[in-house]
Amino acid sequence: MRTAQQHWWAHAIAVLIILWMPNALAHVQKGEAAGLLIGFLHPISGLDHVLAMVAVGLWGAQLGAPAIWVLPLAFPLVMAMGGMLGFMGVPVPGIEYGIAASAILLGAAVAFEVRAPIVIAALLVGFFAVFHGHAHGTELPPGQSALLYSMGFVVATGCLHAVGIGIGVVHRWTWGQRLLRAAGAAVAVGGVFFMWKAVG
Amino acid sequence: MKDPRESRLPSCALIVFSFALCSESAEAHLNSSGMGPIYDGLMHFLTSPEDLIPALALALLAGLRGASYGRQALFTLPVAWLLGSLLGLAAAVTSGGAVLSSFWFLLMGGLVAADAKLSSRVMFALAALLGLYHGYFNGTGMGQSLSAILAVFGLALAVFVLIALAAAFVVQLRAHWARIGVRVAGSWIAASGLLLLGWAVRGS
Repeated sequence: MRTAQQHWWAHAIAVLIILWMPNALAHVQKGEAAGLLIGFLHPISGLDHVLAMVAVGLWGAQLGAPAIWVLPLAFPLVMAMGGMLGFMGVPVPGIEYGIAASAILLGAAVAFEVRAPIVIAALLVGFFAVFHGHAHGTELPPGQSALLYSMGFVVATGCLHAVGIGIGVVHRWTWGQRLLRAAGAAVAVGGVFFMWKAVG
Repeated sequence: MKDPRESRLPSCALIVFSFALCSESAEAHLNSSGMGPIYDGLMHFLTSPEDLIPALALALLAGLRGASYGRQALFTLPVAWLLGSLLGLAAAVTSGGAVLSSFWFLLMGGLVAADAKLSSRVMFALAALLGLYHGYFNGTGMGQSLSAILAVFGLALAVFVLIALAAAFVVQLRAHWARIGVRVAGSWIAASGLLLLGWAVRGS
């Protein structure tokens, strides 16, 4: 009997707590935050993109100023041109090959510590940026805000560059230089894997 | 023997049912609860990236140029925004279109990325044009009620706060890498504008 009374009060308290729940505000207006998040996750969720973007940061760190900031500055702009072509439905041939090749060549540039002139480095990075941007642009999910999706993947790409530059800080030490070259080799091997997948 | 819990079940159900009937509406959507016209205007600006990002870019640009430019933008942009909004209240057009929005992204983001050394007059003109353009299209469709005018003041207030915070943050940056970081943010804004342009072209 006593147990039954205890249950009654427990139920009543539970009901009261449920009725006094604050407003949920669970709806995102027009799915906008979702668009930003999807855009942000797009470069991060693909290892091929991650490898190439981090390699850009690593190479910039190896080359030092002004490449360390010119490359992350130029890359989003050229990538946006590729993304614009993707949004407009303009086909670019060999997207997957281009992305895999970017990881191979940028990884190799880091592995061999290639001291390219800034113009050559920017042109190489910019060329591959078109492929990455086009891949992002063509994969805009239906119903999402194009602007927020774009901002999401541009910011994510910039963050990946920053990760590369952050890792590249170790370049000031001899062991760090070896570590960076090893990381570049790992990126290149990853690129070979993605190229093999693209061809197969 | 009847279980006492079973006998209490209908009374429990009745109490729950009574509470459920007396419960207030959830008002989970802000457009039903409302935040007052001033806050509506303020929130409209803060939740509209088409308006927010170019204004932020102007704040970054002014901050890169120094405190005097920051002070100039702090008063020019909100006042122009307010005037544009008041002018727009009577207009029938409701949108400037994505192409023009992308133009502002490209222009302002490009200037920040290039760390453009603009004169004070050019900065003033830029702030005034930006404010008038965006304010005008914010004002359209709001109607001519008192709440619309209050919302317009909320918009201008939000612009003022954004410029004050962002420009002041950039003005005090001394480290070279930090200023480069601001320029990189400008390149992101320009890149977003380029992508918005592509989307607008596709839509048209």
